[in-house]
Order: sequence, then C-alpha cells, then structure tokens
Amino acid sequence: MKILVAISKTPDTTSKITFKENNTQPDESSTQWIINPYDEWYSLVRAIEIKEKDPATIVHILTVGNAGSDPILRKALALGGDEAIRINSEAKDAFTIANEIANVAQAGAYDIIFTGKESIDFNGGSVGAILAELLQLPYLPLATKLELEGNNATITREIEGGEEKDAVATPFVIGCTKGMAEQRIPNMRGIMGARSKPLKVVEPTATESFTTIESFELPAAKDGVKLFEAGQEADLIKILHEVEKVL
Amino acid sequence: MSVLAIIDHGQGQIKKSTGELLAYSAALANALGTEVSALILGTVEDNLSDLGKYGVSSIFQDINAGFNTADNQALTAAIAQFVTEKNIDTIVFPDGTLSNSVAPRLSAKLKAGFVSNAIGLPKLENGFSVKKAVYSGKAFAWYKINTAVKVISISSNSFEVKTSDATANVEAVSLNLEASKVTIQSVDIVKGEIPLSEASIVVSGGRGLKGPENWKIVEDLAHSLHAGLACSRPVSDSGWRPHHEHVGQTGKQIAPNLYIAAGISGAIQHLGGVNRSKVIVVINNDPEAPFFKAADYGIVGDVFEILPRLTAAVNNLN
Repeated sequence: MKILVAISKTPDTTSKITFKENNTQPDESSTQWIINPYDEWYSLVRAIEIKEKDPATIVHILTVGNAGSDPILRKALALGGDEAIRINSEAKDAFTIANEIANVAQAGAYDIIFTGKESIDFNGGSVGAILAELLQLPYLPLATKLELEGNNATITREIEGGEEKDAVATPFVIGCTKGMAEQRIPNMRGIMGARSKPLKVVEPTATESFTTIESFELPAAKDGVKLFEAGQEADLIKILHEVEKVL
Repeated sequence: MSVLAIIDHGQGQIKKSTGELLAYSAALANALGTEVSALILGTVEDNLSDLGKYGVSSIFQDINAGFNTADNQALTAAIAQFVTEKNIDTIVFPDGTLSNSVAPRLSAKLKAGFVSNAIGLPKLENGFSVKKAVYSGKAFAWYKINTAVKVISISSNSFEVKTSDATANVEAVSLNLEASKVTIQSVDIVKGEIPLSEASIVVSGGRGLKGPENWKIVEDLAHSLHAGLACSRPVSDSGWRPHHEHVGQTGKQIAPNLYIAAGISGAIQHLGGVNRSKVIVVINNDPEAPFFKAADYGIVGDVFEILPRLTAAVNNLN
C-alpha cells in the first residue's frame, strides 16, 4: 500500500489573528505554526496506523509551501512518515494547491490520498474534493472510520443527521474528521529518526489562481454580555423572543 | 448567463436550507440582472412547485438520478453537463455535505473559482467578491472570484428569507449519471434528531453536566425549542455523547440563530466552532468562565436548576 498524506501549515489555535498592509495580508510576525489538526490528528495518524499493521506500507507526506513549512514536515516524519515532499510554492487558493498535489500524486501512483476535512485557517474544505476531481478518483469526505482489506476499503462517513458506510476500492481520496484516529505525540526515537528521513523539494508548476483574497475584516466587537440572575430565566426567554426574535 | 441553485435532499425530504438557498439565488440573479433556476437530482416527497414562493420560477428535476454525496464524481459530471448545456455561469450550493464534495469538484471540472460558506450577497462593483468566515470565525475575508464561471456555497442562517405566493414550473430533465465507484452499504439516520447543520437553534452541554446520565435536562430544553443537540469536545472524548454532536474547531462548525451553552467554559477551540452564532447564551456557575466574554446573554448559576427553569419558561411561551 502506498499512501500520500497532504498536510498544511496553519496558525496555532490560540494565535491572535491580525492583519497588515491595509487589512490585505495576515500579520504572521508572531504566529506559532502547527500541522493543521485535521491533517495531523486524523489523517496522518490513521495512515501511520495502517503502516504499523502492514510494514510494507509506504507513507509519504506532502505540503505546499516555502522552507518555513519544513518543521511541520519533520514533525510529520517524527510521527512515523517515511518521506516528506515539499512543493516549493506559496499556498494560494484551493485549486492551485490541489493542482500541485495532483501532479505529485499522479507521478507517485498512490493507493490512498489522505486529506483533513478542512484547514483551520481558510476553512475552505475543498482541496480534497478538487484533488479527487483532477485525478478522477472517488472522494470520501467527512470520514470517521477506515477499514482496509487488501485494496478494498470500508469507510464510515458523517452525513447530515447520521452516518453512512461506503465500500470503495483503491485508489481514492479521503477527507478525515474526528473519530478517524487519536492524536499522538512524537517520541524521542521518532524525532531523532526524522532528521535522517528524506525531505524532497519539488518545484511547482505555474497554476493560475481562480480566487484571490482582496481584504480581511475582524468581527465587530460585542456589546458585552447581559447577565441575568438565577431565577430570571423567564425574563431571558422573553428577551430572546421579543427583542432578539430568535425564538 | 444565469444562476443555478442545486437543491440538496435526503430521506425523501428537501433540506431545510433550501428556502435560504433559493431566496439567495433569486436575489443574486436579480443583482446580476440575469435568470435563476434550480436543479434537483432524484425524487422527494415535497411539492417542488411550492418552492416558487422563494423566488425561483423554474426547477429542473431528473427523477431517475441517484443522489448521494458518496457518488460525488458522478453527480459532478451530471451537473457539469447540465450547466454547460444551459449556459449557466453561477452555481449556488447550500451549506452541508454536498458543498464539501460536489461543489468543489464541480469548480475543478468547470475551471471555475469556488468559495465555500459565503455570507450575504457578493459585492459586484469591481467583479464578484464574496465574504466568508476564516480563521475558525476569528475573522472574515473577501474573496474575489476571477473566473467567468463561479461556484459558491452559502453559509446556513446567513440570508434573510422572504416568501411570496408564486409557484415554480417543474420541468423534467434527463442527465447521464455515470456508474459510481462507491457502493453505499448502509445509511444510519438518528431518528427524531435535528441535524446540527439544519438547526436554527442549538442547545449544547459541557463537562458541567457532570455525566451522560444528566443529559435529559439538556434534551428537554432542546426538545422544547425544536433545537439541535450539541456538546463540547471533552464530553464527546469521554464518550458521554456521540462524536457527531461535538461542536468546536475540531468538531462541527455551526452558525445557528441561537446557541445555548450549558456548563461549557468556552475554550478558544470551542469558540472556533460556534462564534458565528447570531445570539449566544451561556449558563455556567463560574462567573470567570471565558465563554461569558463571547456571550450576548448569560446566567451565572447551577445548570441543574437553570435548565429546567428555562425549559419551563419556553413551554409557557408556547
């Protein structure tokens, strides 16, 4: 089994989000970077679990980014990946990212391509599906469970109001969400071993962006909480009904 | 040049978000000075001509088409064929699993720019720019779509729906659906539950409920409000509640009109999933709980006393 895990570099959840250049660029001067949680906790860990069960499995990790993305690739290798690939390009929109990944994926002839449900920075949730379309592969979004038997997979997915179990043969693209695997922390052996694992840098193809971010806004400041005493529940319900009109 | 709304459905029913989808698409077509229509693949029990009240007078239906997000490759090809034949240049999807699979696939097939979870109508003065929440709701971004054909999905509860007495003309179409490479083995729908993606009110519980055996008071309030049920991450991680109820940055992101959080302190990861709610009500016995800073209304006190009194107050209102 040959697996590709596409990961992205996102600001740490607790990072304060600010903008510069007239609100057209994120101000990343003090941003702490992490592997996008959906990519790390669910996709990457599940891929490594498959490798642990079948040591013949090869797990490649890929990201689109400049050299600033190397630390997240090394962490992914420390968690158990075999080789990392960095496509040397600033991540633009979902289509350009998916197109770059598709070029590498096609050449690599992978059986399973893992992505996270979405990235926690731009919350687009579309790279996996675009990648699947470019490769003309099935796409299983919102996957919470993956069982493999040879080249046949049974995948449990969230659907509105419940879940669905699907059968699909490799190759396919899967978008993972909570339930797929449990978060892991790399151990010292993994961290030391990751230093000597290959990290390949691939030059990008020229792909046109279909979308561009013109500007950012911060949400309007809240007026502050209006507190009620215990015992005033009926007053609160009345306000929600008559003033806020949400009941 | 025209606008097409893709109607999502399941278990024989159109999704609750369809009204918002059609009203938005009609308003967008009006702003663009063009026509609007809707497409539905498969069959539903609803009377489709009634959907004309949301401003879309023409609905195309393929009654022979299968319809499931697992078939997203085949659905994409069929919709692309329809879009090309009808010379459509703006395709609108509702929020939900269809917008996670078919909408982006379609954008790739049509070489069209795609923006998910748009909030409000686009700005059209200088092209086509759509606002959406980014950084897990900590900011908004204006995305300009640079291509002639555009695909967007709209965020739930983000557009005001007005209705009229109009009806829609439903026309049968026949699209070629390729065989799916995915076989659906089973579908398990939780009966009687309002899916979080469709809920305009959500009632959520956290560790302050102390255990799964205490969830009845959360369920009672949700039932009285016809609300969706949710929980915080520690609650689903502890197995008190199923994973699909977990709202937060690594669970589901929701944007209901009203979010009531009981016994949830409001960690930043939780806020990332709920901060686009229109009105947030927080109930917690710790007056220093960070969630009060993000809330519109709050009650400091014991959830075990307050939730039943809220339920009683809602029942009195009804």
